[in-house]
Amino acid sequence: MTIDVQPDTTAPAALPGAAEAARLRRSYRRRHVLARIGLYVGAILAAFLCAAPFLWSLITAFKQNRDLYNPANNPFLYNRPATSDHVLYLFERTTFTTFAWNTLWVGVLVVAITLLLGLPAAYALARLDRPWAGWFGVVIFLVYLVPPSLLFLSLSRLIVAVGLQDSTWSLVLIYPTITIPVSIWLLIGFLKAVPRDIEEQAMVDGYSRLAAFWRAVVPLTFPGIVAVVVFAFTLTASEFIYALAFVSPTTEKVISTGVPTELVRGDVFFWQSLQAATVLVAIPLAIVFNLFLDRFIAGFTQGAVKG
Amino acid sequence: MTPIDTAPRRRLADREGTLAWIFLMPSVIYILVLVAVPFVLAIGFALSDVTAGDPSFDWVGVRNFERVFEDPVFWRSLGNTFVFTLISMALIIVLGKVLANILVADFRGKWFVRFLVLLPWTTPVALSSISWLWMLDSIFSPIDWVLRQLGLLGGADALIKPDTNMYWLGEPGLAMASVIAVHVWRLTPLAAVIMVAGLVAIPRDLDEAARVDGAGYWRRMFEVTIPLVLPVAAVAALFGAIFTFTDMAVVDVLTNGGPNNATQVLTSWAFFRGIDGGDVGQGAAIALFLFPLLLAAAVAILRAVRRMEV
Amino acid sequence: MAVVEVRKLVKEFVGGVRAVDGIDLVTEEGEYLVLLGPSGCGKTTLLRMVAGLEQPTSGDVLIDGHLVSGLPPRARQVAMVFQSYALYPHKSVYGNIGFPLRAVRMPKDERDRRTRWAASLLDIDHLLDRKPRQLSGGERQRVALARALVRQPKVFLLDEPLSNLDAKLRTSARDELKRFQEEIGTTTIYVTHDQVEAMGLGDRIAVLAQGEVRQIGPPVEVYDEPADTFVATFIGSPPMNLVPRDDVLVGFRPEHLLPADVVTADDAVALKLAVDRVEYLSGDRHVYGTVLGIGEPTRVVARLPATVDAPVVAGEEQAFAVAGRRLRFFATDTGRRTPRVRLGAREQADQEAL
Repeated sequence: MTIDVQPDTTAPAALPGAAEAARLRRSYRRRHVLARIGLYVGAILAAFLCAAPFLWSLITAFKQNRDLYNPANNPFLYNRPATSDHVLYLFERTTFTTFAWNTLWVGVLVVAITLLLGLPAAYALARLDRPWAGWFGVVIFLVYLVPPSLLFLSLSRLIVAVGLQDSTWSLVLIYPTITIPVSIWLLIGFLKAVPRDIEEQAMVDGYSRLAAFWRAVVPLTFPGIVAVVVFAFTLTASEFIYALAFVSPTTEKVISTGVPTELVRGDVFFWQSLQAATVLVAIPLAIVFNLFLDRFIAGFTQGAVKG
Repeated sequence: MTPIDTAPRRRLADREGTLAWIFLMPSVIYILVLVAVPFVLAIGFALSDVTAGDPSFDWVGVRNFERVFEDPVFWRSLGNTFVFTLISMALIIVLGKVLANILVADFRGKWFVRFLVLLPWTTPVALSSISWLWMLDSIFSPIDWVLRQLGLLGGADALIKPDTNMYWLGEPGLAMASVIAVHVWRLTPLAAVIMVAGLVAIPRDLDEAARVDGAGYWRRMFEVTIPLVLPVAAVAALFGAIFTFTDMAVVDVLTNGGPNNATQVLTSWAFFRGIDGGDVGQGAAIALFLFPLLLAAAVAILRAVRRMEV
Repeated sequence: MAVVEVRKLVKEFVGGVRAVDGIDLVTEEGEYLVLLGPSGCGKTTLLRMVAGLEQPTSGDVLIDGHLVSGLPPRARQVAMVFQSYALYPHKSVYGNIGFPLRAVRMPKDERDRRTRWAASLLDIDHLLDRKPRQLSGGERQRVALARALVRQPKVFLLDEPLSNLDAKLRTSARDELKRFQEEIGTTTIYVTHDQVEAMGLGDRIAVLAQGEVRQIGPPVEVYDEPADTFVATFIGSPPMNLVPRDDVLVGFRPEHLLPADVVTADDAVALKLAVDRVEYLSGDRHVYGTVLGIGEPTRVVARLPATVDAPVVAGEEQAFAVAGRRLRFFATDTGRRTPRVRLGAREQADQEAL
């Protein structure tokens, strides 16, 4: 078979000669340098835009009232000496520590419930190939279409009915509805990343399906589970609508609703204390989330992209 | 001769069908009781005359809906919700993609930048919004201060306007812009993280093949990277849109729907009517209005994503 | 058609790992050069430096006499086929093949003509509308080749393109590749760890280990005259037998170790084989045992073709022999090939002992 090797008469482009190559090399190097500069500028800009309010909050938390309430003063500097009065006020004269404590134990319990209900469910969907597994994914998704803003009205009735009105426990009851669907979704991703061989080996070694799950699979998914824990905790700590609707007494409130209502008496805002509270809560959460970010992304890749 | 025992009965822990059900049932029941039932209840409320003062349940058909539709604030809220959602999502997707590209690259100080970038998302929304409340204050806003220093505000020949302040939350247009800005500020990090997952999933081979094939940076971005990230971005956008559509935290803290309902969205309006106003029926009707819209949008986007799947 | 040259090419990674350690290499025009070696030997890194996907730590890359170091891949007139083929999943076969032409902004009708020409050359015209996920492994390889071909590059670079195919398909795919290259005539550099592939495809084979080229030459030469023990044992299946003797290693290939009465050469060296096990493989017999009389007792393999039906019994000591000119000698310390060693008196004494 004769092959027409030349498709047409146009000659292919030639390689650059020495001088032109040198010029091209310089131009590519320049572009590379510009790209790096662009990257750093972008990164710094992004970091600044995201974090500037918090930086400013940090400064403000230590400002004296007369410094703060003067529009002519530079808001980024201490025009009068810094004071820790307002930060101390936050801890000593408000129920901030109670709020923080409430947020913490609610978060822990909600995460525990989420894992207890969600991990087995995720395993069932990821591994025990039931034909209806695909449908379930859709149903999970549908749950998110029913937003808290729609449910809080009927849920508040339900809360009253079980006698949990005005109690922090109502949040422990309700929050998993928000965390469970997305946690299942993420956990499915993490579980799928574990090769089937592991459980099959365990079962051949004499363990039941259940034991194989608990002993062999769960330890391997542990980093993913931690990532889900962090994410669920963040969701819980941030939740606003239910907390606002269900819990009125001050001592029962969580940070999300407590701080705004406690530190805002009528028209008076205790700004410095508010900023201190914000910074105190924001920084640990962000640090922990950052620690597990890579895991979180890995789970997303498995679940969202391939699932 | 003793009879040979038949095969041992399978223990419960091995019966996969049963196990699957046992594993799933708790979550299913939980969700059913705390989501499905209240949902149906909400529909019921929307069709009843329940109020905080009079909790007796009487059917009133679609009267609540009629009253809600007659109220011009409802329509204003609906329009605001759409504006709020569409503009926010557009910004979030674009900025999120740019931020994702930055987060994927390698550079010094990456961990620290990541930490700073995560702050808006991980902080409880109520708290971060309060910080913004001061930053956008009508008198004390630091942003205004900077603008004054730059000569853009205050004084007769200022570029923006002669007043000393922008009234970010006081002027209707600016108030909406402020609410959108804070919401975008809050959600972009999450969108970026999701899109990083999408970017990371693209095999390195493809980018290298495109390089060897002669494609420059922008062609690679638009003809290889973006099409492959699109399914993930679309799902992220969908969830983001649903979340935004039903969110009221930022609005509630910053403007409380004002000035004059300029930033009132459906959810905050439902809250106002249902809880503050005590008219549970109306509140439910307003909130319920969202559901068919969300469902339609979700189905549409999911179909589109399915077609995009490679 | 072009000549690829690398001069003193070094690639050092973070942590001091030298993937490529000072390689000098010149291809011949239109040749099919195979870079062969175990994983981690630097062959893929070398290929990527020629492509421009990695920048060398030091050294130069020249294509057709032009210095291309520092230039990105698209300025080098090279085309690459990846192990995974790297087909754009969201584009059709037509779109995949045409992509490089879009990148150089070729006008639409010429693009179309070229794309169809490349597709017909590889017999995939009927697949132009399909997406990669609808294609078989062999079809995907052809699309990858068409995409590489369409720009008429000076050099083809292939990175283990057959490893993702299943064994049965590999042989026919290999045959297709070779015929394709012979027709097109473009200089090709091909990376693989499979020595059978290398022997079948290459005009010349460069055997790499630990970032260095151990030997480069036509398959026959690399097989018959290995430059060191690494090449001797890497090429050939089963590998060359090596028997320690004083300060050399005596090497002979399994197919040259035969029962004594079969070896008729007058320079035959006699030895004894304590037979351990006999395997029957597609007509050949592989005899495993310990050889005595030529050096220290060593486990070796003998490959008896089907034409030799001299009986071999496991558990017995049998007289075997190797033709003298088939022996290869290597220094024990460096592994490098040394000149022939006279097996002399020791040999005589051993022979008498047998």
